[in-house]
Order: sequence, then C-alpha cells, then structure tokens
Amino acid sequence: MEFELSEEQVMLRDTVREVLTKKYDIETLRKVTDTELGWSRDVWKSLAEIGILGLVFDEADGGTGAGPEELAPVMGEFGAAIAPEPFLDAVVVPGLLVTKTADADVRADVIGGLSSGERLAAFAHHENGDRWPHYAVATQFADGKVSGTKSLVPAGDAADILVVSARDASGAVGLYLVDAAAAGVDRTGYRTHDRRRGAQIVFTDAAATRLGSGDASSAIAEVEVVTQTALVAEAVGAMRSSLEMTTEYLKTRKQFGVTLSTFQALTHRAADMYVSLELASSISVYATAALAEGRVDPIIASRAKLQALKSARHIGQESIQMHGGIGMTAEYPIAHYASRLTAIGHTLGDADSHLQRLSASVGDWDMVTVG
Amino acid sequence: MQLQFTPEEEAFRQELRTYFTTEIPQEIRERCEAGALNYPDDIVTTTRALNKGGYAVPHWPVEWGGQDWTPIQHHIWREEMSLNFVPDLLPFNAGMVGPVIAQFASQELKEKFLPATANLDIWWCQGFSEPEAGSDLASLKTRAVRDGDHYVINGQKTWTTLGQYADWIFCLARTDPDAKKQAGISFFLFPMDTPGVELRPIQLIDGSYEVNEVFFQDVRVPAENLVGEENLGWTIAKFLLGNERSGIARVGWTKTKVAKAKRLAAATKTPNGTLLDDPAVAGRIAALENELLALEVTQLRVVAGSADGKPNPASSLLKLHGTQLQQAATELLADIAGPDSLPVSAVDSAEEGDVADILSPEWAQLTVPAYLNYRKVTIYGGSSEVQRQIIDKAVLGL
Repeated sequence: MEFELSEEQVMLRDTVREVLTKKYDIETLRKVTDTELGWSRDVWKSLAEIGILGLVFDEADGGTGAGPEELAPVMGEFGAAIAPEPFLDAVVVPGLLVTKTADADVRADVIGGLSSGERLAAFAHHENGDRWPHYAVATQFADGKVSGTKSLVPAGDAADILVVSARDASGAVGLYLVDAAAAGVDRTGYRTHDRRRGAQIVFTDAAATRLGSGDASSAIAEVEVVTQTALVAEAVGAMRSSLEMTTEYLKTRKQFGVTLSTFQALTHRAADMYVSLELASSISVYATAALAEGRVDPIIASRAKLQALKSARHIGQESIQMHGGIGMTAEYPIAHYASRLTAIGHTLGDADSHLQRLSASVGDWDMVTVG
Repeated sequence: MQLQFTPEEEAFRQELRTYFTTEIPQEIRERCEAGALNYPDDIVTTTRALNKGGYAVPHWPVEWGGQDWTPIQHHIWREEMSLNFVPDLLPFNAGMVGPVIAQFASQELKEKFLPATANLDIWWCQGFSEPEAGSDLASLKTRAVRDGDHYVINGQKTWTTLGQYADWIFCLARTDPDAKKQAGISFFLFPMDTPGVELRPIQLIDGSYEVNEVFFQDVRVPAENLVGEENLGWTIAKFLLGNERSGIARVGWTKTKVAKAKRLAAATKTPNGTLLDDPAVAGRIAALENELLALEVTQLRVVAGSADGKPNPASSLLKLHGTQLQQAATELLADIAGPDSLPVSAVDSAEEGDVADILSPEWAQLTVPAYLNYRKVTIYGGSSEVQRQIIDKAVLGL
C-alpha cells in the first residue's frame, strides 16, 4: 500500500501552490471576487502556461495526460487558497464529458481550447427542482435544436461553449454542444455565497450539436464521480488552511493577558479538528487512489463525500467560533473558507443524501475494507 | 498511490489467517467472538499456540523471538488477529514489560524473563497508577528505600488489570523523594507472592472483576530486580507507554462488532420488517462504518509512513478516535439488543459472561455490560484528554 504523492506529484502541487498562494491573500481575494468576472484572467493564464488546465485530458486530445492523482493535489491547492478560478466547472467537468462522448475532431477542438485557456466551457445540467442524485432533464432536443431551462450552471456566466443535457424524441438523455453566443441562448448570471459565479440559462431553439450517440447517462455518472472526488480534495485543502489559521490565531491572540492557546477548552477542540481533518484527508486519498485504479464507483464517491462533509462542517464551524468576533468579518478570511466548504457540501449531494445512499445498501456487505 | 496489498503481503495475510484458524482452538475463538472468554486459561492457551508459530511477540527484538517484519506486516498481523477472533495477547507481557526488559534490563534478567514472558509462563501485571496519580503518573507516592542488597517498598497501586492472575508485577516506585517529580522514580520487578503484597479486587459497573488495588507493606525486593539504573524509571515508563499506544485503534475489532450489529439488526423483526430496514438504524450503521473506513485508511497512512521506526504523533489520533469508534460499536450493539439487554445474571456474579436463563438471547444480555465496560477505553492508556494534549503539543504546536 502506498498513500503518499510521488515526487512529480509533489512538484506539481508546489507549483500550483506557488501560483495561487502568491496571488491570494485575503485582500486580493476580495478584490478579485468583487469584480464582474469574479476571478483573475492573469491567474488563469499562469495556470494554462504551467499545463494545469489540460491536466486531466489525454495528450491525443490536446491535454497533458495526467489523472486523478494529479487532479487531487491541484484541487487541494485551490481549496487551500480558496482560489475562485473555475478550473473544475469550466474545464474539468465539461471537458471530461466531451472526451467521453465526442468524436476525435470535436475532442481536439474543444479540449485544445480548454487546455490552452482560450476557451471556457460549462456543463448545463441542473434544472429547477432537481435534487441530487435525481436529474429530471426536461430540456428537449429536436431538429438540431435544444429548448429548456438550466437553472444552476456553475461558471455558466463566462462560458464560451456549453455542454447541455437534453432528451431526444426517444427519451434518451444526450449531451449537446451549444455556442454560448448563439441565438436562443439567454443567460442570467448570479453570484454565490462563496463568491463564485454561475448562470441560469434559457435555451429557445438554440442550435446544438450532438456529442456522440446513444444515451449519455453513464458518461454523466462517471464524470460526477470524478467531480465529487475532486471536490473532496478541494474541501480537504480548505480544511487544512482553516485549521492552520485557527491554530495560528490561538497561538497569537491574547485574552486575559495570556494567549488563547493556554485555554484547554480551546486547544482540545483544536485537537478534535485535527482528527476531522485527517479522517477527511484519508478518505480523499482513498477515493482518489480508487479512481486512479479505474474504479469509478459511486459508492466510494459517496463515502468520500460523507466523511469530508462531516469534517467540513465541524472544522468550518469551529474555526469561526474559535476566532470569536473576528471570524464573523468579511475582512478576515476564515468565514470565507466556511462558506466555500458549505457550497461544496451542497454540490452533488450533501451529507444526508450520501448517507441515505450508503444506508440503502448497508446490508449488501459484511465489512468495508480498504483495497 | 496504491490501495492493494502486494501479492507478498496478501500471501502473508493468508498464512496468518490459516494459522489462526487452525492452531487457535475453535471454541476459544467462539468465546472471544461472544465476549465470554475464560480467564486466564483461554489467554494462556492462545499465547502458547501463537508463540509456537512465532506469532506471539513479533515486535520484540529478533534475538528474543521477534520477527523482522515491515510495519505493514505488523499491521496485518494485528488486524488478522481481530478479524479471526483470536483473543488479545496479554498487553502487560507482550506489549509492555517484554520490550522494556529487552531494551533496558541486564543480560541476566533478559535470559531469566524474556522466554517465559513471551510464552506466558509468567503472567505480569502493571503497578503504575495510584489513587492520587492516574494520568498524572509522575506524582506517584509509592516509596522504595535501599536496604543492603534489597529495596523495601511501601505504598499502594490501583487499576491493576487482571492482577488476580498475575505471577509477577512490574512497578514504579519513588527512590529519590528529593528529586523533582519525574527524576526520582525507578522500575522494579517482583513476584506477587512476595510477603507484604496484598491484592484487593475492585468490582466494575458491568459486574466484572478485572481490576484490583494492590498494597505494599515492607515488601523486600532484591536489588538485582531493578530494571536499568536507579531513578531511570520515568524514561522506561515513557518508552513503555509509547509502545502501549501502538495498535490501540483496534479497527479490526470494531469492524467485527459493526458486522455483527448488521447481522443482528437484520435478524431482529419489527412491525415494519427488520431493524436494518429502519432508516435511522441503517443510517447510524452506515455512518459508523464510514468513519471506520476513514480511520482504517488513516491507520494505514501512519503505518505505511512509519518505515523509519519513529513514533508518529498521529498515533494519538488513532488512540483518540479508535476508542471513540470502539465505544460507538458497543453502544450500537446495546441499542440493537434493546429491551433484551435488560436481563443479566446475578448483578454481583464474579463470573464474566454469565447470563439469565430466559428467552432473551445471550448476545443481547452481554451487550450492556460490554457497553459499560468499554467506557474504559477512552480512560486507560492515556485518556482522550491526554491524547488531545499530545496532539496539541506535538502536531499543532499549541
């Protein structure tokens, strides 16, 4: 068994750390997330230059040919810096859907553009009233056009191309490529509580190209597992930063003439946060390694999300509490981490829904075992 | 990253499994599974069977019967013991005094004690805690005064686990009352039948009798039974307690309990099906199982990362959270037993594992005593609060 990153993976992680932590102190973060775009084109360019954007795509499609074990440490750094660049939403998710369904020409075109940073994509899937793991997909495809409303499209505001899920006349769910600037595409952008961006998109007979043939449900389900695992890695990074900031605060902040670290009521709770962090970290490593071994397993993804989200709630809430009033302010970063962790908790299934999935099958196995 | 064991490790696991299931008597493993072991016989029989195969003291130095195993192999050994219901080895022998003697004692003492300790020809007990010195071990008051070629020991120990079966005790006593707390302590070995040693049982809340008070009145111990040098006791105690924490997460043990809880819940009928169909029960089991998986990976990360042999401060995490999950599993079983957990044998019965002769199943009757008994695991071996303190100091730098 081996759970450590390889030397190359550590180098990759450190490079991303350099790009993101150099950039994002809290003031810069707030300045950048307050802009209309909500993230930095400069950072995006740097990420493209060091090959991060093409990380998970095959070299034949114009990517760098890395995999889950590279994606996880990179996501960890996005989490650690709460960097707002929509790497997962605008590149990884729609890009992987394209690589799993499209023919070679389309793949080369789309993936090339995503990897170089010249184009952004978004996955338009969620419709009003959808609740993970159920997707109604009422959007229709007929005569080369899609019609319907996708209510929550992460990074949908800035995307150049959209990967849209829709049903054809046979009722099968397919994926369709739509130019975001095409006639019949009407976008309403929004901000999220964690200072990200998205859009509600109404399609009215918008011209669409089908990606591949046949039902795309399994491709969507596979990419969902990859996305959940990536979100868990991001959450672990955010938790790690939260705990570091909190211990630093306990060591420096004085009350009643002594540092907070002299109060056992606080330090013992910090130790419990450490336990939560390590459990989340372990489950993230586990899910990532399983994925790297080719096991695209929704149950493993649910295991990872359940533990990570429990840990995230614990660490997010305790971080604010231990900082006291300062933890409530927008000038101080700690609550921004809690906000991001909460958003991750509400993306692709919360702790309750993942627990529900695991409970439903708990009688199917005797013991859960690693490997 | 790699989740699988190597083929060699897998073969090793299989070899252990075969040994454990063929060499350890079936009825002992069944009693272990049911939580109704016969003391001390089952432990003695098991230890000797393991020792014959070289599996009793693998973490000792090789020249004293240890094995040159990798950390992963040690992990597999521990887990396979639990998963196959091999009773735990007596920790005082295998985990505590054995390694101490091998590390600190004279060649003479090593030859005299180590083979007998490995084979459980000597049953050891631990004389550390005192009424005023539990987790704050350094404030112990038992005195040892040199008198010619003997030490004379006076004082009291408590929480002496399974001391009623013990042949010998290893014991900390203060040899220099003027030195500061940690500095004046020494480590002694002596037989429990030495004149002046008196043992009094303490009955626990589950009706069981596993701990004792031990009183020393002018107990004369030959000076050669001092381990290491005079006043070196604190160093030895720290070494011993460091060993005590390893393997204390007992993930395999908890796994067997959760698996049992599932089987029992599925076999317990309710007006709406079985207990396992109850979403609240299924959810609780699934949640516990998930934390157990996360802890298992954490343990493997610690094990796989500790190839250099240095103790990892994360082992405090394993003790802290591992014991919480052990408790959660015993609690779960008690709740699945529900009203059938109420009857037990006579409350003051000294016989462990006694049950009332009525329709409530035996397993159910044993659940609450086990649940109550397992409150101890977050107290002994360094309480949860002590583990948090270690994490704060050694990991978080607080």
